[in-house]
Amino acid sequence: MITHTANQQTLVEIDDVSFAYGKRPILKGINFSIAKGQVVAIMGGSGCGKTTLLRLIGGQLRPSKGNVKVAGRVMHELDRDELYRMRRRMGMLFQFGALFTDLSVFDNVAFQMREHTDLPESLIRDLVLMKLQAVGLRGAHALMPSELSGGMARRVALARAIALDPMLIMYDEPFAGLDPISLGVVGNLIRRLNDALGATSIVVTHDVQESLKIVNYVYFVSEGAIVAHGTPNQMRDSEKEFVHQFVHGEEDGPVPFHYPGRKIADDLMIKAHA
Amino acid sequence: MERKKLDLWVGLFVALGIGALLFLAVKVGNLSAISVSDTYEVNAHFDNIGGLKRRAPVKSAGVVIGHIVDISFDPQRFDAKVTLGIDKRYPFTKDTTASILTSGLLGEQYVGLEAGADPEPLQPGDTLMLTQSAVVLEKLIGKFLFSTGNESKDSEGAAAPSTPRAPAPPGFGPGE
Amino acid sequence: MLSAVANGLRALGGFAVGGVWRLGYASRFFVLVLLSSATSFRRIGLTIREIYFSGFLSLIIIAVSGLFVGMVLGLQGYETLERYGSEEALGVIVALSLVRELGPVVAGLLFASRAGSAMTAEIGLMKATEQISAMEMMAVDPIARVVAPRFWAGVVSMPLLAAMFSVMGVFGGYLVGVVMIGVDAGSFWSQMQAAVDVRRDIVNGVIKSVVFGVAITAISLFEGYDAPPTAEGVSRATTRTVVTSSLAILGLDFALTALMFRGL
Repeated sequence: MITHTANQQTLVEIDDVSFAYGKRPILKGINFSIAKGQVVAIMGGSGCGKTTLLRLIGGQLRPSKGNVKVAGRVMHELDRDELYRMRRRMGMLFQFGALFTDLSVFDNVAFQMREHTDLPESLIRDLVLMKLQAVGLRGAHALMPSELSGGMARRVALARAIALDPMLIMYDEPFAGLDPISLGVVGNLIRRLNDALGATSIVVTHDVQESLKIVNYVYFVSEGAIVAHGTPNQMRDSEKEFVHQFVHGEEDGPVPFHYPGRKIADDLMIKAHA
Repeated sequence: MERKKLDLWVGLFVALGIGALLFLAVKVGNLSAISVSDTYEVNAHFDNIGGLKRRAPVKSAGVVIGHIVDISFDPQRFDAKVTLGIDKRYPFTKDTTASILTSGLLGEQYVGLEAGADPEPLQPGDTLMLTQSAVVLEKLIGKFLFSTGNESKDSEGAAAPSTPRAPAPPGFGPGE
Repeated sequence: MLSAVANGLRALGGFAVGGVWRLGYASRFFVLVLLSSATSFRRIGLTIREIYFSGFLSLIIIAVSGLFVGMVLGLQGYETLERYGSEEALGVIVALSLVRELGPVVAGLLFASRAGSAMTAEIGLMKATEQISAMEMMAVDPIARVVAPRFWAGVVSMPLLAAMFSVMGVFGGYLVGVVMIGVDAGSFWSQMQAAVDVRRDIVNGVIKSVVFGVAITAISLFEGYDAPPTAEGVSRATTRTVVTSSLAILGLDFALTALMFRGL
C-alpha cells in the first residue's frame, strides 16, 4: 500500500479498490490513504475515474472489489442510517456547484442545518451568515442561484459544503470553468477553510498549476490506476513522462493526442497503389 | 416565495376545490333530497314495472315525497316487489293506490301515489294492495292495433269484403 | 433474410424484456415513494409548496377549459335533445357527462400536460445538474425530500381540479342552455338533481380523479427520476410523461367505468 504519512492518523483509506460500470472497468486496484488535516489532490485526465473515486468515498457507489474506509468504517458495509450519519460529517462540492435552483443562496446554505438539526431559526440565520462571510458572499444571501456568476455559485456551494463543519470535504473539479481571479479565490478558500475547520480535503481536478499551490500531496491517476504520487515539489521536478506531460500540459506523450482507432490510412481508404 | 403568501394561495385553492365538491354534491347531485329527512318503507307489488329503476322518485300530486329503495322479483307471486321509501312527514292512508307513471312521453318512470279514504294510516312495512302496472308501449300498440282491426272488420262487415284493410306496418302486428 | 428475421425477433424480445424490467423498476420506485412519505406529512410545508405549483397554478387552465367544454356540451346536447323534444334534460346530459367522464378525464389530461410534464422536467434537471446527488451526499433522501411531497401534492390537487372542472362545465352548460338558448332554469336544475346520484355518479367521479392523480404523478415522477441526465434525456422523458399518462388515464378510465357502472 502506498502511504506517505504512516505516523499520522489516517482518515480515508482506499484498499485495492476496483470499480466497473457494467463491463467497462474504471478503477483497477487502487491503493492510497489520506491523513487527517491534509489537502490532497487527485489528478488525471478527463474520464480517468477521479469522480468515481469521490463517489466511492461518499458511499454513492459500491466498489466491485476492495474496501473504501472512512474514519475506520468500510463504506459499503454501512446500512442506510449509518451511511447517512457518516455523510453528515462529509461535505461535497460538485463540479458546477449543484446548488438547489429553487432555493435562495441563504436557503441553500441553511438546507442541511434545517434538515438535520432542530436549531432555532435565529441561530441558523447567524450560522448561515457566518458561512457566507467565510466565502465572502454574505451580501448575496438573498439572491437566487440563477443570479450568480460561476465563481460565486462555486463559493456558495463551498459554504453549503461546510455548513455542518464536516471532517472530510470533497471537491469535484472545483476549478472547472472559472476565470483566473475566481480560480485563485476558490483555491485559497479550499486551503484556508480546511485549516480553519481542522478538516481533511480531497480535491479532484485536472487544473495542475492551481492545485499544486494549495495541496500537501498529489496522486496522479491514469487509466484506473495510480501512476505517480508525491508532494507538489516532487511533482514539478518529476522526470516521469506522464507527470511531466501533465504538469507542463504537453500535447503528446504517454497520454496520446489521438483516440485509439484504426490507422488513418485505413480510415481514409488510401491504398498504396491506388 | 414567502411562506405566508404560499399558504394563502394554497388555502384558497383547497377551499375552492372543496367548494366545488360540495356544489357537485348538493346542487348537481341529490344529496340534499335524500339526506334531509327520514323515511318509512312500504312495499308494493306490480305485474310489470316497465323501466322503473332504483332511486327513481315517488311522487304524489306531482310532488316528490320519496324514492324507490329496492326492486326485486317475488318468486312466490311471480311479480315485482318494489320497496318505496316515503318521507316521514307525509303519512298516507292504508288504501293508497300506487301506479307506475312516465314523466312526459319518453321521460323517466316514477311511482305515483294516490291516497284513498281509509281512516287507517299506512304503517312502515305495509304492502299496498291497489297497484297499477307500468304501461308497456309494445302492449299498448298491440292492443290498439288489435282493437282497431276488429272495429274495422265489424263496421265493414260483409258489405265491402273486397275493400283492402289498412295493412299493419311490419313489426307492429298484434303481439298476443 | 433469415438473419434479418432473427434480428427482428431479438429486438422484439429485447423490447419486451426492457419494458417488463422498466415496469418492475417503476413499481419499486412507487413503493419506495409510499414508504418515504412520512416526511411529506410531518413537514407539510413541503407538500403545500408543491400543491401551489401543481394545483393552484393549474387553476386557470382547468377553469377555462371546463367552462368551454360545458358550453360545447350545452350546445351539442341541446341540438340533439331538441329532436326528441326533451330539452329540459339538458342539465342531466351536461352534468352526467362531466361528473362521470369529462371532469376526471379532461382535467387529468390537462393536469398531465401542465403539472406532470413540469414535474418530470424539474426532477430530470435536478438530476442532470447533480442536485439529486448533492442531496444524497448531504444525507438527505431525495425521494422523501423531493419526490414524495410532489406525489402527495398531485394526489390532493387532482380531485379538487376535476371537481372544479365539472362545476365550471355545469356553469358553462347553464350559460349556453339557460341564459343563451332559454331552456327553463327550473327544469334544468331539478332534472339534473333527480338524475345525478351522489354515490353512484359523484363519488365514483371523485374516485376516478384520485386514481388518475396517483397514476399521473407516479408516472411523471418516475420518468423524471429515471431520465438520463442530459438535455435530450430530460426532453424525451417529458414527452414520455405526457404520452404515457394520457394513455394511462384513458385506459384506467375504461377499466374503472366498466367496474363502476356495469349493471347499474
